[in-house]
Amino acid sequence: MTTLPARPAAASGPAVRGHVTQLRVLHSEWIKLRTLRSTLVTLTAAVVVMIGLGLLFCAVSANRWPHMDRGEQLRFSAAGVSVRGFLLAQLAVAVLGVLVVSGEYATGMIRATLSAVPRRLPVLWAKAAVYTAVTFLAMTTASLVAFLAGQAILSSQHIGTSLGAPGAARMVFGAGLYLTVVGLLSVALGTLIRSTAGGIATVFGLLMVLPLLTEALPTTWSISEYLPSNAGQALLAAHREPHILAPWTGFAVFCLYTVVALAAAAAALKRRDA
Amino acid sequence: MQPGAREFRLWVIVRALVGGLALGHPPIAAGHEDLPMIEAHALTKRYGERTAVEDLSFTVRPGAVTGFLGPNGAGKSTTMRMILGLDAPSAGRVTVNGRHYADHRAPLHEVGAMLEARAIHTGRSAYHHLLALAVTTGIPRGRVDEVIDLVGLREVARKRAGGFSLGMGQRLGIASALLGDPATLLLDEPVNGLGPEGILWIRNLLRSLAAEGRTVLVSSHLMSEMALTAEHLIVIGRGRLIADTSVAEFVRGAAGTSVRVRTDDAERLRRLLAGPEVTVASEAAGVLEVTGLTSDRIGRIAADHAIALAELTPQQASLEQAFMELTRDAVEYQAPPVADHEGRAA
Ligand SMILES: Nc1ncnc2c1ncn2[C@@H]1O[C@H](COP(=O)(O)OP(=O)(O)O)[C@@H](O)[C@H]1O
Ligand SMILES: [Mg+2]
Repeated sequence: MTTLPARPAAASGPAVRGHVTQLRVLHSEWIKLRTLRSTLVTLTAAVVVMIGLGLLFCAVSANRWPHMDRGEQLRFSAAGVSVRGFLLAQLAVAVLGVLVVSGEYATGMIRATLSAVPRRLPVLWAKAAVYTAVTFLAMTTASLVAFLAGQAILSSQHIGTSLGAPGAARMVFGAGLYLTVVGLLSVALGTLIRSTAGGIATVFGLLMVLPLLTEALPTTWSISEYLPSNAGQALLAAHREPHILAPWTGFAVFCLYTVVALAAAAAALKRRDA
Repeated sequence: MQPGAREFRLWVIVRALVGGLALGHPPIAAGHEDLPMIEAHALTKRYGERTAVEDLSFTVRPGAVTGFLGPNGAGKSTTMRMILGLDAPSAGRVTVNGRHYADHRAPLHEVGAMLEARAIHTGRSAYHHLLALAVTTGIPRGRVDEVIDLVGLREVARKRAGGFSLGMGQRLGIASALLGDPATLLLDEPVNGLGPEGILWIRNLLRSLAAEGRTVLVSSHLMSEMALTAEHLIVIGRGRLIADTSVAEFVRGAAGTSVRVRTDDAERLRRLLAGPEVTVASEAAGVLEVTGLTSDRIGRIAADHAIALAELTPQQASLEQAFMELTRDAVEYQAPPVADHEGRAA
C-alpha cells in the first residue's frame, strides 16, 4: 500500500500548455508500443521465426541438393528459400498489428487515448506509422540476416547466391516490405473489428485461408492471384509463372487492399462510439 | 458569493491571458466562453431501443463541486462519455468551456476526466500510461512525476497497472485527470473501491480543486457521499433530469422539512396551526410533527396564544432520505412516459 500525501496540493505545478499535433501523437504511440511486453515478445518471435526457419530451409535444401533432379535444381531459388520464414513470421506480425488497436479496446485504454486526442484520426495514423516503421526495420533486418546466414549454409553445396544476383535483392527486401504491409493491414483490421480474437481470425482468414479456398475453384476463374496475400507474395516469387502477378504489380494490389482497409478503419474510428 | 470568488475572477483573467498567448493572438476580453463550464442542452442518447439519456439540460459552473447523482443505470456514465465526445449524442449537444470537447486543441488542459470503466492498458506501468497521455499535448515528464506523487502512487508507478487494486486504479485515473492541470474535471464514481482514508482524500482534493475556481463534476450513486463533498447537485433518474439545485435546497425541497414541537398544550396548538398547506402529525402525546410552517412561524403563533413550548426543533430529512424519495418518484412517474414513448416508437 502506498501513503497519501497529507494535503492535496491540487495544481502544484503549472503544466505547459500545448496543442495536440500529429508529431506528439506519434511520440505517444511510440511510447505505448515500446512499453508493452507483448511488443517485444511478438516481434522477437517474428524475427526468430524469420531467421530460424530460413536457416532450417537452407540446411534442408543443402542436404537434398545432391538428390534433386535437374528440374528441381533449375527451379531452386537460393534467395527465395532463405527468406521463406516470412510465411510463419507474418502470423506474429499480424497478431501484434491487431493488438496495437484491439488491446486498447479490450482494456478500456482507448477511452483515455481518444480523450487525449479527440479528433481521433491522428491516433490511427500514428499507430499505423509507428508500427509500420518498427516492422519494416525489424523484418527487413531479419530478412537480410536470414538471407546472409542462409547463403553461408547453401555455399557448402556451392549453390549460395548474393544480393547482386537477379531478383535476390527484390526477394530479400520484398520480404521486409510484404511483412510491413501485413502489419499495416492488421492495424487497419484491428481498428475495424476492435476485438483481438475477431481481428486475428479475420487477418489469418484473409491471408491464409482464403487462398486455400480459392484453390478449389477452376483455375480459369483466375481470381486467386488477386487475393491479398497471393498478390503481395508475388514480390517474393522466384520465377514468373501464370496465375501470379508481376512482382511489383502484385505488391501494388496488396497495398491497395491495405489502403482501402485503412480508409474504412478511419471512417469507422471517426464515426463510432468509443 | 463564496469567499473564493475574487480569487476565481483573478484566475479566469490569468487563464484568458495564458490562453491568448498560447493561441498566438492578443488576449481579448474574457468572454463567456472562457469560463470553465459544462453546458448540456437537450442531450439525448439512445442505444438501439434503449434510451440511456433523455432530453437532459444542465449547466455545471466553476467554483463548486457539483454532484452528479442518480441510481445505477440512470445515465451518468453515458452523459460523461458524451461530454468527452467519446459517445455521440443522438440529439442535443454538450459543450465544455464553450466548445465541443473535440474542438479543443489542448483537450487535456481543458478537461481532465476519470471514467468509470478503467481506461488503462493493464500491461503498461502507471508511469508510462501517464507519459503516453502527457506527450500528446507536450506536457513535460516532470509533471508526470508530480501527479504520481500527488496521488501517492510513487512506489508502484513502474509496475504493471494490471496488478493494481481498485483503489490504486482510481488514483491512477485521478492522476491522469490532473495531468494537464485542467480547468474542468469530470470524475465518474471516483470513491468506488477506496478506503476511508482515500475517500477523505478525494473529498478534500475535489473541494480544493473547486476552491481554485475549477469546474468539478463528480458522479455518484451514493447520496451520503455527495452530501459531504458537493455544494451543488444535478440529480438524474432514468436518463432524465430530476433536480438541479444546491445540496441544502435539495434536502429542503425533496422531503419537506418538518418541525418537531413538544408542548403540554398540544391539542390547542394543533387547532391553531391548522391550515390548507399545513399537516400536523402526532406520534406521541404532547409531540407534534408539523410540516408546512417554519419553526419561526410556529413559535410566533404559540407565543401569541401564550402556549409554552418545551421543544421546537426543525427536522431536516437526511440526504439519503431525500434522494430515495426523489428517485422513487422518478421510477413511479417516469415509467408511464417511457412506456408511452416506446409504444409510439413501435
Ligand atoms: N454502450 C451501451 N450500449 C447499450 N446500452 C448502454 C450502453 N451504455 C449504457 N447503456 C445503458 O444505458 C443506461 C445508462 O447507463 P449508464 O450511463 O452506465 O448509467 P450510470 O452510469 O448512471 O449507472 C443503462 O440502462 C445501460 O444499460
Ligand atoms: Mg456509471
